[in-house]
Amino acid sequence: MARLIRTEKEVEGRYTEQWIVVEEDTLDQWPAGPLEEVGRPAARIDGLQRARGEATYTTDVQLPGMLHAAIFRSPHAHARVTRIDLERAREAPGVRGVVGPLNEEIGYPGQAVAAVAAESLAQARAAIELIDVEWDVLEPLLDPDEAVRRGELVGHRTEERGDVERGFAEADVVVEGVYRTQTVLHNSMETHQAVCEWEARDRLTVYISTQYIWGVRSDLAEHYGLPPDQVRVVCRFMGGGFGSKNGPGDYTIVAADLARETGRPVKCALTRRDENLDAGNRNATVQRLKVGARSDGTLTALEGEFVNATGWDGWLSSTGGPLEMLYACENMRLVERGARLNTAPMKAFRAPGFVEGTFGLECVMDELAARLDLDPLELRRRNHSDSDATDGRPFSSKNLLECYRRAEPHWARGDEVRARSRGPWRHGVGLASQIWYGGGGPPSYAWVRVGSDGRAVVITAMQDIGTGTATAMAQIAAEELTIPVDRVDVSLGDSARGPYASVSAGSSTVPSMGPAVRAAAADAARQILEIAAQRFEVEERLLSLHKARVVSADGGSWPLEQVTGLLESGQILGKGSRGPNPAGMRVLTFGVQVAEVAVDVETGEVRVDRIAAIHDVGRVINPLGASSQVEGGIIQGLGHTLSEERLLDPRSGAVLTQTLDSYRMPTIADIPEIVTELIDVPDAHLTNLGSKGLGEPPIIPTSAAIANAIRDATGADVRSLPISREEMLRALREARERAPERVGAPAA
Amino acid sequence: MPELRVNGDDFSVDAEVGTSLAHVLREELGLTGTKVACNEGHCGACTVQVDGVPILSCLTLVHTVEGRELTTIEGLRDHPLVDAFVRADALQCGFCTPGQIVSGAALVAANPSPSRDEIRHGMAGNICRCGTYPKIEEAIASWRG
Repeated sequence: MARLIRTEKEVEGRYTEQWIVVEEDTLDQWPAGPLEEVGRPAARIDGLQRARGEATYTTDVQLPGMLHAAIFRSPHAHARVTRIDLERAREAPGVRGVVGPLNEEIGYPGQAVAAVAAESLAQARAAIELIDVEWDVLEPLLDPDEAVRRGELVGHRTEERGDVERGFAEADVVVEGVYRTQTVLHNSMETHQAVCEWEARDRLTVYISTQYIWGVRSDLAEHYGLPPDQVRVVCRFMGGGFGSKNGPGDYTIVAADLARETGRPVKCALTRRDENLDAGNRNATVQRLKVGARSDGTLTALEGEFVNATGWDGWLSSTGGPLEMLYACENMRLVERGARLNTAPMKAFRAPGFVEGTFGLECVMDELAARLDLDPLELRRRNHSDSDATDGRPFSSKNLLECYRRAEPHWARGDEVRARSRGPWRHGVGLASQIWYGGGGPPSYAWVRVGSDGRAVVITAMQDIGTGTATAMAQIAAEELTIPVDRVDVSLGDSARGPYASVSAGSSTVPSMGPAVRAAAADAARQILEIAAQRFEVEERLLSLHKARVVSADGGSWPLEQVTGLLESGQILGKGSRGPNPAGMRVLTFGVQVAEVAVDVETGEVRVDRIAAIHDVGRVINPLGASSQVEGGIIQGLGHTLSEERLLDPRSGAVLTQTLDSYRMPTIADIPEIVTELIDVPDAHLTNLGSKGLGEPPIIPTSAAIANAIRDATGADVRSLPISREEMLRALREARERAPERVGAPAA
Repeated sequence: MPELRVNGDDFSVDAEVGTSLAHVLREELGLTGTKVACNEGHCGACTVQVDGVPILSCLTLVHTVEGRELTTIEGLRDHPLVDAFVRADALQCGFCTPGQIVSGAALVAANPSPSRDEIRHGMAGNICRCGTYPKIEEAIASWRG
């Protein structure tokens, strides 16, 4: 029965209350461990298409008569457009349409000002050079602390529990530090782009590289005042998003406006340099942290003051989340402020807030362990939280202690690793814990269609952003229907061809969509048994599916096709929806990573040799795809830790790192050995699957694990990302002043 | 009118001097398997082979490769590396993958049993933002199945 509930919905740590219609989960969870299809490594069902270059991304969409748009962007960080003349651009060769001004007050460099559509991209780019603008150039505000002083805030959050002053008074040791993280850029390989086409001026089709087909649909319907069903959004394949592609963005509005003006389809694609100006970022942070503990390591107080360099717009991600949630500590206080600056707005980037906040918290925890001369793993065990630290709610499941136990053999390599130190190269190990959301939630719907040939199609208008969720859905449907995964297709990526599906953000696709797909497959299976009962005159309660056959408890057995074959061109259609999350429980993901590093104490070079990642995300659907997610998260984390940084001109605010040679992302030559272990115990309270999401957890602890390994290797406290040679040498100098014998002499 | 030989087929293309090979392949010949991710020679997504040697098609002017043997991902669809990439899960979003396979195919043609270091050296010009590198290394190391 459909049930209307008022529930808390969480994406990327942002909670909203909303009405949701859910069907109760009526299916018992499968037993733990590998089944026939679920829990076994599966190659991607769309892997060949992608590898052979046959997959059609938005960049490959070519519609008859399609025009190309180019966007004129502000060269200034802060300015007003006092006059704009678009006439010369309008008269340029090949130009068919012009829009502007898109913004009159410019808040960051690269913000869109105007756009043209032309027969070719080269003509469009030439034409934007002819746009004449008179600017009133204003002083840019670039310093986050200064923005806070002036009250220029994007958001403000405070949380407090217990009595922090008393907690610090009871502490035997207090450790304080200021931790800084840099601005990093998503740099999805496919830039942000869309192709828009109008039919009859009131029906819009949008091909877009997106993480949220349905969000784009509702935003555009609202923008153009259309019934949502008159907006069709298509995203069959997309080239990465990492949080930056959750909405339509200026470029889609530009394409749709120009398509309406010209009566032709229009493609608007960001260039790589545009992408590094105006496609979002993980905002820089300043974290002032203070922890108090008794001599046995028990935390008595946690305090954090966080400033997020949010940029011109965006939202305040929860950098204080790990401080608030990771450890049992009665006394906690945090203040988060989002600084409104003349820099590009932040957008969610793979565990926004928690990546940054975990760096600060897990570094200060390690400094505390060093001060108390306690084993860092033991310190974390002693402060383990058995129920939700914020409100005492029970966890739907939590296997962090098991993660710690599984980390022991990796942690125990420390002596052997440190013994490798030779000359200026010092080796060490470090670890950091992970906490994050990732439970998914309703609403999410799927259909499963079974044809007379006994093959099935999962139909849902979700997107696979590269995480392999289409494959996971095929495995789930195959398991329920007891057929091999190669008899299941997945039809996704089109709002006109399937029901509403979850955003692919917040590690939510598998935990949101998977239970809906299983419910739909179970509905189809039930219908198959009903039909078989009538055709073979057997009591339905005796029938079940087993290895692609309808099997009767009294001995009969028929191939699935013998039942579905009765339908000829007809089909069985099962439908399913995502049930509610368990009431009164907190659904979170957990993990720990152990890093091994080598540091050249003369040059400040840091090399990461090995990372072991142990994560608890409930049932694992596809261990092969899951290990790829873990590796991918760690590798992005490695770039965040060691090399990536958006640099600004300190006076003008101009972005200096717009190209992929100046913005340094990891290459294959930079990759350490990565060992992935997943606890793979279904969350008994969460849905008919017991699965949580894995997209974000692996990036969260990487930077702190590396920084802590550096401390183990050298005694130096790294407190700022990226750990450039400059930062490494600074930390080494500071450590030498404290304890010269520990670090060794600098080079002459 | 440059004459191009692509994947064994001859084409006469209408391209102004200064046009990139990537543009002609994708926009004129419809060979969209070659992807353009930066269009300035930094990422390797647009890699194709000229006489078996991997080059960046976004930086290569189409008039400079007349009469040469061009191979794109469309010409390598049946190369064993394609299956090796899928088997090893060496792709996520897949946008850089055609370029990775074109580079990898040139690598194994020149050196059928590359060491791990040789793979890392040979593939360091192809960026993958999803971080499939460990699996790419494995796919190339086991490309013959």
